[in-house]
This record gives sequence, structure tokens and C-alpha cells, in this order.
Amino acid sequence: MDENRKTPLFDLHVALGGKIVGFAGYDLPVQYMGVLPEHLHTRTKAGLFDVSHMGQCVVTGPSFEAVAQALESLIPVDIAGLADGRQRYGFLTNDAGGIRDDLMLARRGDSVFMVVNAACKAADIAHIRAHLPDGVTLTEVTDRALLALQGPLAEDALATLNSAARTMRFMDVVDMELAGVTCWVSRSGYTGEDGYEISVPDALAEPLARALLDLPDVAPIGLGARDSLRLEAGLCLYGHDIDDTTTPVAAGLTWAIQKVRRPGGARAGGYPGADIIGAELADAPAMARVGLLPDGRAPMREGVQIFACADAQTPIGRITSGGFGPTVQRPVAMALIDRGFAAPGTALCAELRGKRLPVTVAAMPFIPANFKR
Amino acid sequence: MLKFTEEHEWLRVEDDLVVVGITEHAATQLGDIVFVELPDEGTVVVKDDEAVVIESVKAASDILAPLSGEIVEVNTTLNDNPGLVNDDPIGDGWFFKMAVEDMSQLDEYLDEADYKKLIG
Repeated sequence: MDENRKTPLFDLHVALGGKIVGFAGYDLPVQYMGVLPEHLHTRTKAGLFDVSHMGQCVVTGPSFEAVAQALESLIPVDIAGLADGRQRYGFLTNDAGGIRDDLMLARRGDSVFMVVNAACKAADIAHIRAHLPDGVTLTEVTDRALLALQGPLAEDALATLNSAARTMRFMDVVDMELAGVTCWVSRSGYTGEDGYEISVPDALAEPLARALLDLPDVAPIGLGARDSLRLEAGLCLYGHDIDDTTTPVAAGLTWAIQKVRRPGGARAGGYPGADIIGAELADAPAMARVGLLPDGRAPMREGVQIFACADAQTPIGRITSGGFGPTVQRPVAMALIDRGFAAPGTALCAELRGKRLPVTVAAMPFIPANFKR
Repeated sequence: MLKFTEEHEWLRVEDDLVVVGITEHAATQLGDIVFVELPDEGTVVVKDDEAVVIESVKAASDILAPLSGEIVEVNTTLNDNPGLVNDDPIGDGWFFKMAVEDMSQLDEYLDEADYKKLIG
């Protein structure tokens, strides 16, 4: 067995009492004080997450236009139109229109900084490199940690280290001096809350984390609460809610495909699976990702089958992720179901431990998003 | 008399019935409990049948019947307040009471001192 890798904050996690688990090949804390209090702390104050396991890459070339053009041949979003210092959500697609991985893209001058999922990063990097034209190169950033500071008090917390934090808007990306070193900071996250993601050189990761944790409203948050927070926020988890068999249209991610990349747009298509995704944009596919609220108190997790009614024989879909939502104080779930049943308010049944229990299709997010637009 | 299973359940004999719950150690390990699915009163179980499902914020866990017998009463207060299992696992956080014909089934389980050794 290969040993799991450790992030630059591993010793700090242990010192803070984090319960360490293996995740995507890394040893990371699943919790410190407990998933429930950590979740609530992030929604009401500010939580600090170590997301250094995620892949960080920089794509460079002779010009931003060349870099954008190369990446647009793999990613169906408007990259050429990204203003300097702005970030956007996107995904790599395959020839069947499925999602190879979802990612964040930030324009930093003439280069594009990408953050990809830990479990996909090796495959992503190989895939992208194999398709880049001469002169455009992808470099994996292996000497920087990635921290996320999330919650309604994240701005106040980061502003104590650098007041420039206050001037950023949602999805802005800047270079910012923090703990005496230049960090790459974006105003974004994976919790549904306002907050920042901070790429910091390995050696300064712990001093920066300690400086933030020394603030009274900042607490360390583990992977457990990261999952319950993103679930309440209606955000997809790759490998669960979306994967290489889910198209962006089925996944409800068409908002991320700007007009310019859709059929009829100036830079339509030209990425893997463009014909399939283009056709689905006009004529929606059979399946749709939806939010589900179990009517009762029992949490429903990945794999639970969904039926149109209590005595239906054939399932119409399944839960792709679910659990208890600490902020909404009830179970919440996402499911991939037959589009004919996807309207919010539709009453369905879920089969849990042999019993058919009522669930209702619900709009997402389950909590109002709290971004600083 | 309080007995313990290696699966971190406790059993207490009370008025000819056996009350069953999970230990503080188990409750701590599971984390915040958000849902407890109890068996129906009157269910006849065989030892090691699945009796209770506990959902914490992290995962679902099965609790097996530690004895063969009949479930005669369940702790319905857990339906509205599953957190009692964390707050008072050996008291108000009990799961069910069983009528057991053969009380000698209890003999195989650990006493408190041996259970404490088990969890170190």
C-alpha cells in the first residue's frame, strides 16, 4: 500500500486534535470538534479548511489568447472572455459529453490558474497536456498549499491581515500579501458562503493558517463539514453527483456554458462531446440533477433509489449524495432522476432499508447563497 | 446489572426486561446523532438481527440485537430528540427494552471493568 501524502498543514491538523482520515490519497482531518459544530461555525462565523490536496496548475503560452484558445478546445466555457483577475467555474468534457472533472479557472495576467479535484488531477494534467498546442504549457504547482476561509466573518478575518480583502468581489482573483508572502487569493469557495481561497507557498502555509486561527472567530474545519456545507449549498461533488457519464445539461450546469460557446455562438463547440452537449442544450436529456427533501427525519445517502410512487416497480433515478443538513435541520439530498419528475414540489418516494418513504423535489441551494457580488 | 458487548452496546436488567443502548464511547465515535430508526414494538428478534439504525452527520450505523427475544418498548423520545444518545447514552438515550426468555444469554457479555479494558 502506498502511504497517503501529507499536506504542509498535517502537523497543525494533528496539533489541533483533527481526526485524520485518508481522502483522495492524502491524510486529512475529517473533523476537529465535530461535523455539526464545525458546519454551524462556518455558516455563522468563519471556518478555515485545508484543501491542499486539490490540484493547482498554471497554463501559460505566448499570449492569453493562445492559452484561452487551447483550453477552450477542452472546456466548454468562455475562457477568452475572462477579464484579468477574474475566475470562472468550468469542466473538462469527454467525447460522450460526460464530465471528466469540474474545475475553477482564473485569469492571472496572460496565464490561467486552474484548481482541479484531487482524485482527478493526474488524469486531468495528462489529458490537458496531450491536447495543448506547441508553445502552450501546463505546469503543476507542487510547492503551494491551498486554504479556504469561508463564512460571513471571512472578510473581517482576512482583512485583519490585509485590508485589500474587503475590496474583492465574488470571483475576483488577486495577488495579496498575507503572512509576509504573496498569495494568490480568490473570493470564492465551496460552502455557499462568502469567503476566500488562498494559494500560499508551502513554507508559509502553517504561519498563515495559525495567523487566521488566532483570530477569535476563525475555527479549523474538517472534510466532514466541507461535505455537508457544499451539499446544503447545492454544489456538485465530482465522482458522486457528476462523473464521466453525466453531461453538463443533465447535471444542471448549463449556466456555466456561456452563450458564446453554445450553438450559434461566436466560439460554439470545438470541445470533446460538443455535438452531444449542443444537441442537449436544445433538447434536454432524459435525466436531470435535482434537489430532494425527504419528508421525514431519516437521512438518505448516495445510492438510495427513487420511485414515482409507493408501488412503482421501476426506479426513476437515485440519490447521488445526501445526508443531514445541520443549518436547515433536516435531511437533504441531490438525485439524478427522470426529467419528467424534476419539477420542484413533485412528490416522489425513496426506498430506504426496504421501506418507501416520501420525498419532495426541491429547488437548490437548500440555504440562500451568501456571496459578495 | 450492567453488561457490555464488544460492539459497544450496554444491557441493563430492569424489572425482568433488558434495556439496550450504546456506550458513551460509541456515541462519541459516531459523532452528532441526527436520526435513530427504532424497531416496531412487538418485533421478535434473533440475536444479531439488525435492530436499530443510527444516523450521525457522518454515516449510518446498524445496531444488532444483542439477545434473542421480543422488543416490548422503544424509546420514542429519540424520534424528536436523537441527540439524547450523545447527551446521555446510558440514561435517557436508551433504544429499546426486550423481553428475554433465556437470561443466561447475558452471561457471555463483558462487565464494566472488562469493557473499560476493551476500550482502553
